[in-house]
Amino acid sequence: MIRDFTLQGAQMLLVLLLAPLLTGFVRKVKARFQRRLGPPLIQPYRDLIRLMRKEVVLADNASWLFRINPYLIFAATWVAAALVPTFKTGLLFSWSADLIALIALLGSARFFLALGGLDVGTSFGGIGASREMMIASLAEPAMIMIVFTLALVAGSTQLATMAAYMNSPEVGLRMSLALGLVALIMVAIAENARIPIDNPATHLELTMVHEAMVLEYSGRHLALIEFSASLKLLLYISLLACLFAPWGLAVTKADSISLAIGVLAYLGKLLVSGFLLALFETTIAKMRVFRVPEFLGAALMLGLLGTLLLFVSRSF
Amino acid sequence: MPLSVTMSCVAILLVATCVAIAISRMQAASSFVYGLTLLSSLTALFAALVHLIGGAPMSLMVTLPLGLPWLGAHFQMDALAAFFIIVVNLGAAVASLFALGYGRHEDEPHRVLPFYPAFVAGMNLVVLADDAFTFLASWEFMSLSSWSLVMAHHRARDNTQAGYVYLVMASFGTFALLLAYGMLAGPDGSYAFAAMRANHPSSGIATVVLILVLVGAGSKAGLLPLHVWLPLAHPAAPSQVSALMSGVMTKVAVYAFVRIVFDLLGPPAWWWSMVVLAFGGVTAMMGVLYALMQHDLKRLLAYHTVENIGIIFIGLGLALAFAAHRMPAAAALALTAGLLHVFNHSVFKSLLFFGAGAVQTSTGERDMEHLGGLIHRMPMTAFVFLVGCVAISALPPFNGFVSEWLTFQAILLSPQLPSWGLKLLVPAVGGLLALSAALAAACFVKAFGVAFLGRPRTDAAERARETDKWSLSAMFFLAALCLVAGILPGPFIDTLAPVAKGLVGDRMPTQTAVEWLSIVPIAESRSSYNGMLVFLFMAISGTLAAFAIHRLASNALRRAPLWDCGYPDAGSATQYTAGSFAQPIRRVFGTVVFRAGEHVEMPPPGDGRPARFNVDLRDLIWDTLYAPVADGVVFAADRLNHLQFQTIRRYLSLVFLALVSLLLPLAIWP
Repeated sequence: MIRDFTLQGAQMLLVLLLAPLLTGFVRKVKARFQRRLGPPLIQPYRDLIRLMRKEVVLADNASWLFRINPYLIFAATWVAAALVPTFKTGLLFSWSADLIALIALLGSARFFLALGGLDVGTSFGGIGASREMMIASLAEPAMIMIVFTLALVAGSTQLATMAAYMNSPEVGLRMSLALGLVALIMVAIAENARIPIDNPATHLELTMVHEAMVLEYSGRHLALIEFSASLKLLLYISLLACLFAPWGLAVTKADSISLAIGVLAYLGKLLVSGFLLALFETTIAKMRVFRVPEFLGAALMLGLLGTLLLFVSRSF
Repeated sequence: MPLSVTMSCVAILLVATCVAIAISRMQAASSFVYGLTLLSSLTALFAALVHLIGGAPMSLMVTLPLGLPWLGAHFQMDALAAFFIIVVNLGAAVASLFALGYGRHEDEPHRVLPFYPAFVAGMNLVVLADDAFTFLASWEFMSLSSWSLVMAHHRARDNTQAGYVYLVMASFGTFALLLAYGMLAGPDGSYAFAAMRANHPSSGIATVVLILVLVGAGSKAGLLPLHVWLPLAHPAAPSQVSALMSGVMTKVAVYAFVRIVFDLLGPPAWWWSMVVLAFGGVTAMMGVLYALMQHDLKRLLAYHTVENIGIIFIGLGLALAFAAHRMPAAAALALTAGLLHVFNHSVFKSLLFFGAGAVQTSTGERDMEHLGGLIHRMPMTAFVFLVGCVAISALPPFNGFVSEWLTFQAILLSPQLPSWGLKLLVPAVGGLLALSAALAAACFVKAFGVAFLGRPRTDAAERARETDKWSLSAMFFLAALCLVAGILPGPFIDTLAPVAKGLVGDRMPTQTAVEWLSIVPIAESRSSYNGMLVFLFMAISGTLAAFAIHRLASNALRRAPLWDCGYPDAGSATQYTAGSFAQPIRRVFGTVVFRAGEHVEMPPPGDGRPARFNVDLRDLIWDTLYAPVADGVVFAADRLNHLQFQTIRRYLSLVFLALVSLLLPLAIWP
């Protein structure tokens, strides 16, 4: 029991510690691709600590909601990120929310983030909130359809069961899983406000979405929101890794060797996917806001197609 | 016992109606009527709750010597009726509590007070009725009393039109139900429900009945395309009545559907579910899209009821599909999901209508474009309204999420269904459900963000005051219920077990027996959700983060003018409005669904007139289905108009001709 608690706690801390590092790594690789030196890997940690130590400058008409929002967003994102298997499946509380609940938790975080954008009553906050909800109104159903696809293959919406199934030889090559993978990557890019949907490196551009919502935040509030954004990126990469590359996950055994393998494999997966993300972002241009619905509509249709195929026959 | 207690409560409500007519112009009348309704609803609520928690071992019956002389009036309370009695009386009790404070602002109490207890009594009677005659009489009683409440402020703009449309649609719905019961009763005219249950109609008749019930109950519930009266009539009534109509009366219509289709109509055919699912999916999706385009707060809420009715009907349709294919466990899951959503929706929709009512009394405005910044002036109302918004957007850890999650789980069981039609339809319905859930979140970010956040857009919003204690206590009670039902859904699901058992022959696994108070639809390896733990985790990690940062880093705070990229604007008119918030979604979905178009009128240089930006939205359902009928009626009335200006001879000959033409069929009838 104590061991179970420790493992669960270790997972919560692991995601917390790794999330800024992943963000730093993606930035570094991107900078190298652009023939820049780039900030050091630990720059995100420094930024977070510096922001947390600064005083908060709050707009005169900011409400109580504006002040508790960062904590709500951070809590929801952290809990969601800690529920995705990273190095081991079937942790103590892994059954407390299945994949659908996890997506809804991220939905809660987004709900409050969008309200934060509207709270002070600036036009920038409004444009961000309104576009974020438009993107979410397509990304979330696409994600649900992807979950349907995966759940119908694995016979479960529990991430632990799904990861165990994906690790077993009975998966095989499936059409529906291929569709699900492509759609999930598209949704992950949109949800994390990466290029080509949104640019995490810009401020003050008319096309921005995520950064526009958080424009009025400062100090520790901003630190928490930035931290949540890093956690969300880590979450989606963990999700992709545990569902489509479950190799090395400590599935049943919990001895030290398999745990060590699990952690190492997880780090390896983060490295590879961080590199691929940076590569992808370097090679592609940002699209106009009203091209986004087409992009996400395609993800939705892929998810729907995967589900439909599985309704027709389990063997797809 | 529970039945007689509930019947006595209904009798008290009817007496209260009569007393209210006499005293409605007195000062104390409002407290008397709402207090009495509160007490009797609470009594009925507890009676039904005791009956249902006890497992509703037998259905209670009583026959009163009323109504048709050879029939009498039958009343009963089985598990299904007990559940809906709980929903009705919970809504009525809280609405009465709200109205104890809110009702004082009523300008014309004599137009509201007599009808209010009558309306509550009518809804109770519909649920308790055990024969077609009593059912239809109660149904009409409910419709007409609520119509009187819609017409309470008949001088306000558009309210008479709302009342007229409601009256037409309500009569149309009752007419369909009348025919449905006529078909069910068969040639012998056995109007008691027990007799209808005993004889199973042939498949042709069952089909006709199904369609008539979908029209009759669906028009009251707000199924597309019969929803048109709902967004007109619900906002027109006083807010406690809007809450009752939207949160509770639509559920009575769901009761009528469940009672007839699951109980009286006999074993379902597989394709019935296709009809119900298709209507449910389209209703959910279109309801939320309509809601997103509104800027009247109460109308937005009313359209959103349409969406939730769609979600409920998706659950019921899945239950029908599973029941038709003899998969009772899955049918029990889908039915429980639908019924739990009935309960959840009645809770958060009442809460939201109360909030809108509080805003309306405090500012005199329903239009969101004239509100803003209310969170500073009405912090309590803002807090409970926010809880309602999160709950209705199906976000954890609140209750709306639980029932939608169960519906998703039911959809995931449906590949086992053998029919090809369902195999193709159910994934599409799942997609519509997912889309409507995501759009609902956008809709309520808009509703809360524009009305309560930002800066006040008018003086009225600037001068808003917090609402009274009675109203606040009602809203806080419902908000607490949203949270409790969200983090401890197990007992709520278990309470529904006898209902599912009675209708589809099976129940969901006992949830209170599951470890850690999780909920498990089928088996834990398939799926489980623990609202309690999710809530605790969030609370702990949020507090931990706040504590650590404030202790270790900084808790300094400075107030300053807002930044807005260095270009802060003085006026509040430059904020995002309800229209501009919905613009991206209007562009994505609205160009097809509403033929939305945007026109900019830009005067030439030198012209002093302001530029104008117009948005055109067309309601295609009204334009294609209702407008031609309305035009046809007007055309026919115009043509027949000259018959009114005849001489007495012509009148007499017309009467004679009519008589002959009516007798002619009788004469040539074999």
